[in-house]
Amino acid sequence: MAETFLFDALREAIDEEMSRDQTVMVMGEDVGQYGGSYKVTKDLYEKYGELRVLDTPIAENSFTGMGIGAAMTGLRPIIEGMNMGFLLLAFNQISNNAGMLRYTSGGNFKIPVVIRGPGGVGSQLGAEHSQRLEAYFQAVPGLKIVACSTPRNAKGLLKAAIRDDNPVLFFEHVLLYFNKEDLPDDEYILPLDKAETVRTGKDVTILTYSRMRYHAMKAVEALEKKGYDPEVIDLISLKPIDYDTIGASIKKTHRVVIVEECMRTGGIGAEIIASINDRFFDELDGPVIRLSSQDIPTPYNKGLEDLTIVQPAQIEEAVEKIMQGRL
Amino acid sequence: MVQERPLPTFQATSPQVTKEEGLVVYEDMVLGRYFEDKCAELYQRGKVKGFVHLYNGQEAVASGVIKAMRSDDYVCSTYRDHVHSLSAGVPAREVMAELFGKETGCSKGRGGSMHMFSKEHNVLGGFAFIGEGIPVALGAAFQTRYRKEAMGDAGADQVTAAFFGDGTTNNGQFFECLNMAALWKLPIIFVVENNMWAIGMAHERASSQTEIYKKASVFGMPGYEVDGMDVLAVRAATKKAVERARAGEGPTLLECLTYRYRGHSVADPDELRDPAEKKFWRDRDPIKRFEAYLLEQDLASETDLKSIRDKITDVVEDCLTFAEESPDPHPAELYKYIFAED
Repeated sequence: MAETFLFDALREAIDEEMSRDQTVMVMGEDVGQYGGSYKVTKDLYEKYGELRVLDTPIAENSFTGMGIGAAMTGLRPIIEGMNMGFLLLAFNQISNNAGMLRYTSGGNFKIPVVIRGPGGVGSQLGAEHSQRLEAYFQAVPGLKIVACSTPRNAKGLLKAAIRDDNPVLFFEHVLLYFNKEDLPDDEYILPLDKAETVRTGKDVTILTYSRMRYHAMKAVEALEKKGYDPEVIDLISLKPIDYDTIGASIKKTHRVVIVEECMRTGGIGAEIIASINDRFFDELDGPVIRLSSQDIPTPYNKGLEDLTIVQPAQIEEAVEKIMQGRL
Repeated sequence: MVQERPLPTFQATSPQVTKEEGLVVYEDMVLGRYFEDKCAELYQRGKVKGFVHLYNGQEAVASGVIKAMRSDDYVCSTYRDHVHSLSAGVPAREVMAELFGKETGCSKGRGGSMHMFSKEHNVLGGFAFIGEGIPVALGAAFQTRYRKEAMGDAGADQVTAAFFGDGTTNNGQFFECLNMAALWKLPIIFVVENNMWAIGMAHERASSQTEIYKKASVFGMPGYEVDGMDVLAVRAATKKAVERARAGEGPTLLECLTYRYRGHSVADPDELRDPAEKKFWRDRDPIKRFEAYLLEQDLASETDLKSIRDKITDVVEDCLTFAEESPDPHPAELYKYIFAED
């Protein structure tokens, strides 16, 4: 099969699931006639009609709640956040009703809803369009949080998310939509709760997700030349975190570097460090290193924006430090 | 302060209900009243905890709306949700057990007073934050239209009633959902229970336009001002709205003018409301009024009504015993119901 862009892989996932299950539908801003801001729903409006690919008014909190109500009564909505940051306006619905309602209702209702869209720091999009909501939402009970990173995992994970009976927050990265690769010809589904080992190594475990996977791999290229053998794990599932895969790796390398795009304070890495200390403290040779974005609103200026997020050279340096015991 | 806005008049020239229907509605109203009286007592005695918002005075709205709907229609409530749930058919035992936090409660003791749910009876909740239930109700209504048109299910003609108060009508979700409901002609009824007070905030101090029913016209949907102390007026307005919704013609807004006899919650000292205002509304008690109607129209005798009241007294006693004797949720099931597979 020809190489597929990540946005097209997502589109294929939605198309395939919509054709196999009539209860699957898409809703959000400009998902229909316009085909989605990043073309993830291109041509689906023509194929499935205006109810199954529903263009909504700009009312994030209400249309998210509407998707939840539709899910409670038997549909499987895919709610697109045109930019995931906009879903701050839907925080209440995502937290109280997507995340908690099943529990609060004593199991009366299930909420098979996927809330997906682009997140992360793009290219000079300014602070509001450069948010990493995964960190904000990780404390909400009842949510599954997934971050895809390649066309292959994007498709397999989105299909799994649509079939899952629980609310899934599905993060895409605005700078990865045009990544491309060959996809399997046959249908495939990937587990939502399993990390992906990107590179096997024995020296140090690099834990990362979403776009930072590529920064980590860029650093690895340089590190390989210097004779290092890092293991790179793409978390994929940000909630729950796959501690089986992480633990197996730590037992081999005894060193951990976390590379994330979310902010340092209250970030995904903060949670992972705490849990590594709980579970694998005795396996560690030293403290876990955490490379995160700066705790600031993402600036517009290119130079300042680059300083805000983690760059490959910093990862390289951190790995060298931890390997040389200079910590 | 005494109500300045006149109550709309409703001229009942002929019986609006059959005897059978009338007695069903009456029983439902009495159940709502007696159940809440018992809740107040139990809270005072420390048996029921948390925030408890009682419905006394507003019975004509729940009974008038829900008893004019079908059992497969959807009901979406607020934190003042005991009586909506009862009217929708959730057994009093399950509602009371929920207040006791018991495993036999309709939300398995995980929800409490403000979070009554019943999939079996299409009660979508029990929403404790202002306005957040309206989008959920809208979703149920959308689902009905979707099932009918996108899935070809000719039998999908359920109507959803979304209940909320006057305070909610200043929240964005109210306006956003009115817009979408009208835009897509969804089978939903927005039932505003205007009891004039959002805790301690008087409606006219919070709303630039106090006549809420007028807000419907902006979205091109019918809005009616209804005497919310008259169950027949509420019922008649609901029937019209239900008919419109089932026919695929879209939403209706009903502003039911009503009053809560008690404070916002059982913890509310209720110091702001004028005794004269309370008396004005208590004099229009919906249950007494409907009793008088049933008797005048020869739809029921004093004996009929008394036997219903006695029956409900027993139902409430029985549900209390049931709740008290029910088991607490098992500690080992603390994590149950987080995910669909649990």
